[in-house]
Amino acid sequence: MIRSVPRSRLFDGLYLAYLVAFFVYLALPLLVTAVFAFNDAPFPSLPWKGFTLDWYFADGSYSADGSAGRTGLFHDDGLLRALWVSAKIAFWVTLVSVALGCVNAVLFERLHFRGKEFLYLLMLLPLVIPGVILGVSILVFYSGMANDISAAWGIELDVFRPGMTLVVMGQVTFIATLSTLVIAARLRKFDPQLEEAALNLGATPLVAWFTVTLPWLLPSIFGAAAMAFLMSFENFNTTVMLTGSDTPLTVALFNRLREGSTPVLNAVALLLMVGSALLALLVMGRSSR
Amino acid sequence: MRSSVSRLSLWLLLTPFLLWIVLLVLLPHLQMLRVSFQVRESWDTLTWGLQQYQNFFTESYYWRTFVRTGVMSLFTTFLTLIIAFPIAWYIARLARGRSKGILFMACLIPFWASELVRTYGWMILLRESGLFSSWLQALGWVDGPVEMLYNDVAVIIGLVYNGLLFMVVPLVTTLDGMDENLVEAGYDLGGGHGTVLREIVVPWAMPSIVSGCIVVFMLTLGSYLTPVLMGGKDSAWFTEQIFTQFITRFNWEQGAALGVLLLVLSSVIVWLGLKVSGQSLRKVMG
Repeated sequence: MIRSVPRSRLFDGLYLAYLVAFFVYLALPLLVTAVFAFNDAPFPSLPWKGFTLDWYFADGSYSADGSAGRTGLFHDDGLLRALWVSAKIAFWVTLVSVALGCVNAVLFERLHFRGKEFLYLLMLLPLVIPGVILGVSILVFYSGMANDISAAWGIELDVFRPGMTLVVMGQVTFIATLSTLVIAARLRKFDPQLEEAALNLGATPLVAWFTVTLPWLLPSIFGAAAMAFLMSFENFNTTVMLTGSDTPLTVALFNRLREGSTPVLNAVALLLMVGSALLALLVMGRSSR
Repeated sequence: MRSSVSRLSLWLLLTPFLLWIVLLVLLPHLQMLRVSFQVRESWDTLTWGLQQYQNFFTESYYWRTFVRTGVMSLFTTFLTLIIAFPIAWYIARLARGRSKGILFMACLIPFWASELVRTYGWMILLRESGLFSSWLQALGWVDGPVEMLYNDVAVIIGLVYNGLLFMVVPLVTTLDGMDENLVEAGYDLGGGHGTVLREIVVPWAMPSIVSGCIVVFMLTLGSYLTPVLMGGKDSAWFTEQIFTQFITRFNWEQGAALGVLLLVLSSVIVWLGLKVSGQSLRKVMG
């Protein structure tokens, strides 16, 4: 079934119907989540009670009839704090993963050494380990170590207790692999003669790297950074095993959701979707230029 | 001089890589394996033993969930492939110009939202007070609210939804690079749709089919939110039991053993998939 092979009308019709059904399936859950962020009712379900921005801006003050008021997202300290925690985690994860990705890309694309094939497979390994296991193993190793050291010598290694450091470590484990793959794919297309030309013209290797190779890699570095940031922000499985008292957003949302759903959750969800979309568009806009 | 410089640069580049792999992947997993063989006799005495693994095999709840999770993950992966293939084919081969790019982007849109948001969207649609239920009532097809959430079908709908992107993207990329003459030659030589698909298209797309399936399978097997939030009382997922051991019961030894078992299951299935399809990890992932 390619364009040059004739197809029956019925087949075309069915195919088109399938496509439409598929894209409805893709869009529907996100669409309803977004729409109910603006429904003027305390529970995200039909009937539609009218448009409101309360789930973003209401400040929780008592309403005229004396009932407890709504607290919108921008006045919800718990969620805002979680958002900030997530942002900090994502920042560090992005920084470390992209740096590691650059170094690994050069290591695997440019250098030749014994055992490279094997190390490359090791590099891919985090992709075939379930996220839960990555989290569990880091918890067992580092938190267990902190416990043992505390028991043996009374030294408290709080960095290795569940908390932000462990979350960053857990997420870097697999996000670094992804950023390595993104950056290495771009480096593979780089013509080494360009760098040699720079060296012949008297540049030191370091200068050649910063003036020729790095600019070539920049689009992939931005792409990898955006991907790393989003994946870190959205991660749940690894994060939930390693988080301490400062809960990141996905974990906070999960805890809220188990208590029951309110349109504030829809408001957060919509905010996240818009944020990711903007980030994705920004990166795509950059790379298409 | 030159060789010592290149040795130095090799070690400089190798060090961060080794630190990452050894400190974040190898050592933690070895420690998890070690802990899974420990038995806690009292609060501060540990001995070695197979107790945790024995528990797994003697308590039917554990291994039943284990088998269920594996089978449902395989089924979800298969279903995702079947659903994604015609879409990828349309985008790669039949759509032209602008619509091609737009359709491809449309496939990516759900992944601007996290798994939690996607699952939440499905909950709003499927639950008793949800949209589908309201619509069915408005149409007069049912008399009262219908609960469509909290069953295995709901879980699979959510899991397939989570996996689609990772199937569609590699498929589109490979199918896009396929030479149309190959397909035409197949038809010219008298092949029907089925033969062309089986003998030409599928072998061509095999690397991306395998990589898509591996990623979707891993994601499904290791997912937690979708089965927990959308599944019913008796649709436990294996990751849930690992969470319970670690977070609710603080039974690290048992949790580590369950973790090792999940890791073994996923490795074996990924390995089998690669063997059966004749692919290598490097080719499908790198």
